[in-house]
Amino acid sequence: MVENRPWLTALSHIVLSLGVLITALPIWITFVASTHPVEVLMSGRTPLWPGDHFLQNYTTILGSGMEAAGGVPVGMMMWNSLVMALMIAVGKIAISIIAAYAIVYFRFPLRMTCFWIIFITLMLPVEVRILPTFAVVADLGMLNSYWGLSVPLIASATATFLFRQFFLTVPEELAEAARIDGAGPLKFFRDILLPLSRTNIAALFVILFIYGWNQYLWPLLVTTDESYYTIVMGIQRMVAVPDSEPVWHEVMATSMLAMLPPVLVVIFMQRLFVKGLIEQEK
Amino acid sequence: MAGLQFTGVRKTYPNGFRAIHGVDTTVADGEFIVIVGPSGCGKSTLLRMVAGLETVTEGEIHIGDRRVNELEPADRNIAMVFQNYALYPHMSVFDNMAYGLRNRRTPKEEIESRVAEASRILQLDGMLDRRPSQLSGGQRQRVAMGRAIVREPEVFLFDEPLSNLDAKLRVQMRLEIKRLQRDLGTTSLYVTHDQVEAMTLADRLIVMNAGVAEQIGTPLDVYTEPATVFVAGFIGSPAMNFLPGTTTTDGRGVTLDGSSQTLPVAPPSSASRDKITVGIRPEHLEPTSPDAASLALSVDLVEALGADSLVHGQLAGTTQGSAVTVRVDGARRVAAGEALSLAVAPEHIHFFDADDGRRLV
Repeated sequence: MVENRPWLTALSHIVLSLGVLITALPIWITFVASTHPVEVLMSGRTPLWPGDHFLQNYTTILGSGMEAAGGVPVGMMMWNSLVMALMIAVGKIAISIIAAYAIVYFRFPLRMTCFWIIFITLMLPVEVRILPTFAVVADLGMLNSYWGLSVPLIASATATFLFRQFFLTVPEELAEAARIDGAGPLKFFRDILLPLSRTNIAALFVILFIYGWNQYLWPLLVTTDESYYTIVMGIQRMVAVPDSEPVWHEVMATSMLAMLPPVLVVIFMQRLFVKGLIEQEK
Repeated sequence: MAGLQFTGVRKTYPNGFRAIHGVDTTVADGEFIVIVGPSGCGKSTLLRMVAGLETVTEGEIHIGDRRVNELEPADRNIAMVFQNYALYPHMSVFDNMAYGLRNRRTPKEEIESRVAEASRILQLDGMLDRRPSQLSGGQRQRVAMGRAIVREPEVFLFDEPLSNLDAKLRVQMRLEIKRLQRDLGTTSLYVTHDQVEAMTLADRLIVMNAGVAEQIGTPLDVYTEPATVFVAGFIGSPAMNFLPGTTTTDGRGVTLDGSSQTLPVAPPSSASRDKITVGIRPEHLEPTSPDAASLALSVDLVEALGADSLVHGQLAGTTQGSAVTVRVDGARRVAAGEALSLAVAPEHIHFFDADDGRRLV
């Protein structure tokens, strides 16, 4: 690996550049399309350079939305998505860190059974249990609400498992030292375990925020009220408009906006995120 | 300040393993007690029972005149120093020391003055803002000590606090702990498996083996009059030589097994048994002329340490042979294959019962 072999360097650069091209080109085309008037896109020639309708297109969809799809402003859909993603991410972290704390630090009957039950649910994604979950949510009257959007997705085996693994690496003596220092279970959790889990929480937050933001099937089922539409399902509704041609420039602009928040989250939390995934603080 | 009292203390784990088979002893106020023994002998368990980190199955532990069996660790007025220091990694040195005091709702000014005092004693002055990860091993050790000192406890508990340090630092910290304990005058329990630490630090030693306190006494008592074969072999380096033998018919000497040699020293009269174990420390065997010798050794191997040399060999004339180690002056040249005549003063010969390993007196 240390040797300098020019052809190998060239080859790896070519492969990497190809990879970047394959990933970036569709995004570029999306962006370009979102800056043209609809006529250009409908003419049959795909433009490769941005047009002059950037401000106009984005203002339209953010403000008034697309008329053919019911005129739901994208700004509102983004807000809904943001609320849902935040509730899911925060809820998942809060519940799973407490569950992991109980499983690792307390001796209670059926402790391992609880752990395995949680662990087994890893194998059951939302889609498998979607009908019963829908029935429960409907019976509880949570359709068309932020709770209905987020609560059923909050229970998380993955996060519980990750926190458990992290807690197991925290030396036992730390808990004992805290006991001698007069910290009860809650104080130990708040003063010591929580600060130590900081990087893990950040890494999980990034993953879970994106998971929540990208939810598609579940919001599609539980929301019929336009004011609760999320952006990811909103895009689909824009494409599948009946009796008219899809207004691609607005769809593309919406897509660009839908991609933005996850990218921002990753960029701003990158440092903590990487740290949380690869490194244990000593 | 308070003493410490163990009354019939036993520990049985839920899986049935009996870790402590009954310890009875009293620790005087201000005394430095070292619990020493091989790994798995229950020494840490005993310490953790005093700390309140393990429950007491049977018996009573008193700190001062308070029975502490059911008290939470924080209510026992003890402080513990852990082997891996157990410092809170995300807190500064100051916060590490102050955490316990804050939990006890100590006034802020008092916390500050106590931490300042502790950091002055431990030379941590300029480091109060640092994190443990920015400190060296010795400094972390000091912070752990500081955390114990600021609590002004009745008893200090040390759980092998020096075993994570390198050899040089260990010697230095050993002295510091000794000095600190003397200055503060706080009753201390110190667990170690290192006999040098045990001998140098202790006012009194508790030598433990397999959950039993085999001997409790001052380091010199334990060295000069070990109560059992185990204690005799554990304390002292290199370890004591043990030679199985039989009392001669006239009772005035001991015939060593597998050899024609006889030690011309009478075992204690209480030795009604024929089978006994003779113990002689390597440093008490003196090379001498063949006429004055009580033992003859054929040398296998010589380890020259400079100040002295360790001579390993077997009793001459034995077949499977009892291995014997002798410490001789470093200036004396001994070669492998040579025969060495050895003398030993009668008061340096220990006799043990061959069956239960107890000292014969």
